[in-house]
Amino acid sequence: MPEPMGFFTDTTVCIGCKACEVACKEWNQLPAENGGVGELSGDSYDNTRKLDGIHWRHVRFIEQFKAPYDGRWLMMSDVCKHCVQAGCLEVCPTGAIIRTDFDTVVIQSDVCNGCRACIAACPFGVIDVNPVSGTAQKCTLCYDRLKVGLEPACSKACPTDSIQFGSIAELRTRAHKRVDQLKAQGVKAELYGADPDGALGGLNSFYLLIDEPEVYGLPRHPQLPSRNLTKSATFSAASAAVLGVLALVGLRKRRMDEQSRGGGGAGNV
Amino acid sequence: MSDTFFSAAPHWAWFIILYFFVGGIAGGASLLAAVADWFGGPEDRPVVRTGYNVAAVGAILSGALLTIDLGRPLRFWHMLFQSANFPTIMFKGWSPISFGAWGLLLFGLFSVLAALGGMAEEGRLSNPALRAVGGAVRGGLAKLVGGVAGLLGVFIAGYTGILLAVTNRPVWADSPWLGALFIASGMSTGAAALILLAPRRGATEQSLARLSAFDTRALVVELLVLVLFLASLGSVNRVWVGFWGLVLLVGVVGLGILAPLRLHMQRRPLASAAKLVLLGGFLLRLATIFVSEGIEHYRVTAGM
Repeated sequence: MPEPMGFFTDTTVCIGCKACEVACKEWNQLPAENGGVGELSGDSYDNTRKLDGIHWRHVRFIEQFKAPYDGRWLMMSDVCKHCVQAGCLEVCPTGAIIRTDFDTVVIQSDVCNGCRACIAACPFGVIDVNPVSGTAQKCTLCYDRLKVGLEPACSKACPTDSIQFGSIAELRTRAHKRVDQLKAQGVKAELYGADPDGALGGLNSFYLLIDEPEVYGLPRHPQLPSRNLTKSATFSAASAAVLGVLALVGLRKRRMDEQSRGGGGAGNV
Repeated sequence: MSDTFFSAAPHWAWFIILYFFVGGIAGGASLLAAVADWFGGPEDRPVVRTGYNVAAVGAILSGALLTIDLGRPLRFWHMLFQSANFPTIMFKGWSPISFGAWGLLLFGLFSVLAALGGMAEEGRLSNPALRAVGGAVRGGLAKLVGGVAGLLGVFIAGYTGILLAVTNRPVWADSPWLGALFIASGMSTGAAALILLAPRRGATEQSLARLSAFDTRALVVELLVLVLFLASLGSVNRVWVGFWGLVLLVGVVGLGILAPLRLHMQRRPLASAAKLVLLGGFLLRLATIFVSEGIEHYRVTAGM
C-alpha cells in the first residue's frame, strides 16, 4: 500500500508561466475551450480564470494594484485539494468518486452520470462538467502516471518547483521549513491545508500563502456538506409534522361537526 | 463573507426547478390524499383519487425531468445500482441525492399503485393488466399503499430542500430551513392542485372548502418558515438585492402567499387563489435556485 501522496504548492515562487496548465491539458487530453478560439477575459492577464471540467490546473493571478507602480502580483497554481474528508466523495450518488491507494480522490468518468451534486458539494469550486464526456471531471493527481512510478504532469513541468509532488509527510516537513525560512526574512507566510487536525482532515494538496486565504479564492473554513444534514432534516421533519397535524385537525374537526349534527359516538372519531 | 461563496454552481436550472415544483405538488397532493383516505368520509373519495393521480403523474414526470437533466441520461440507473456490480444496490444514507433517488423510485411505485387502485374503483381502467393490478389494490391494502405513498410524498416534497442544504453553495447551504420551506410550499401547492383538479372527478363543495381551509393554514406556515429562512441567512441576504429578490418579494410573498390568503379570507372563488398558490410555488423554486446559481466563485474572489 503506497503512502499518501500529494502536492505542496509554494505560491511565493510561482511565476505564472502556466506550464502546469498546459502540461495537465496535454497529458489528460482535455479539450480546448470555445472550440480553440482564444477568448480574453478583458479584466485580467489571466484568461482561463477558473478550474472546471476541462481545466484541472489553473494558475490564479491576483493582481493587487492600488495605483500605477503601487502593487504586487500573487500567483497560485490551483488544483483539486484531494481532501482527506472530501465533500464530493461524500455526496456522489453513483459511487463514481473514489479514494485511491495514494489517498487521492478520483472521479471515474465511466461511472459518473453527470448529476453534478459533487460540483455544489466541493467547498473550493474545483469540479465542473466536461462538455465532451458529459460527466463531472477534475484533477486525478495523474493516477495513471502514479501507477507507473511517474510524477504528475504539472509538477514535472513546473520550472520553479512551485508545485512539489511527494509523500504528504515529507511535503509537510519541507513546507514547515520553507515557512520558517520566509518568516525569518520578514515575510508573512502561512500554510493552508497542511494541518491533519484542521479543516477536512487536511488537504493532500496544500499551499503556502502570503496573504489571507480569501485573497487566493480559498474559503477560510472549508466544511463538509453533510454538516447541514441533521439540522436541515430535523427542521424539515418538524415542518412536515406541523402540516400533517394541520391536515388531520381539519378532518377531525369536520368529523366532530358531523357527529354533533348526527349524534355519533366517540368511537366514530 | 460566507465560505459558501468560494464554491462553483452545479448548473441546476430549468429541469431541476420544474422537478422541485412538480415533486412538491405530487408529494403534497399524495399526503393530502392519504390523510383524506385514512380519516375522511365517502364524500372525500374524489379528492383521494385525484390526489393519488396527481402523485403518480408527478412522480413519473419527476423521474423524466431528473433523467434528462443528467449529463449522461442513460446512466440514470447508476444512482440505484452499482454499475460495476449490478445488481448490488447503490445507496448512501447521508447523501440526500442518493436517498432521494430511492425515495422517488419508491414514491413512483406506491403512488402509481394507489392511483391504479383509485381508477379501478371508478371503473376507468380498460387495459386488463392494469385493471387486475388496480383491482388488487383495494380495502386495507389500498389504505396501506396510499399511506406509504403519502409518507413518501412528504419526503419527496422536502428532501429537495435538504439536498440543496447539503452542499457548499451560497444561500442553499447557509440555512437549515429550505427543506422545511419546500415542504410547506409542497403542501400548499399540492392542495391548490387538488382544488383545481378534483372538481372534474366530482369533488364536493365540502371537500374543496376543507382543502381551501388547509391551504390557508399551509400558506401561513410557509410565510413563517420563509421569514425564518431569510432570518437564518444573515449577511448572505445581500444576494437578494436584485432581480431574484424582487421575484421573491413580489412573486412568492405577494402573489403566491399574501394574495391567495386574502382571497381565502374574502371567500372568493377557490380556483383563482389556487392558481396564485401554484405560481408562488414555482417562483419560490425559481428564485432560490437561480439566486445561488448566478454566483460564480472566481468572480467573487476577483471582487466582481
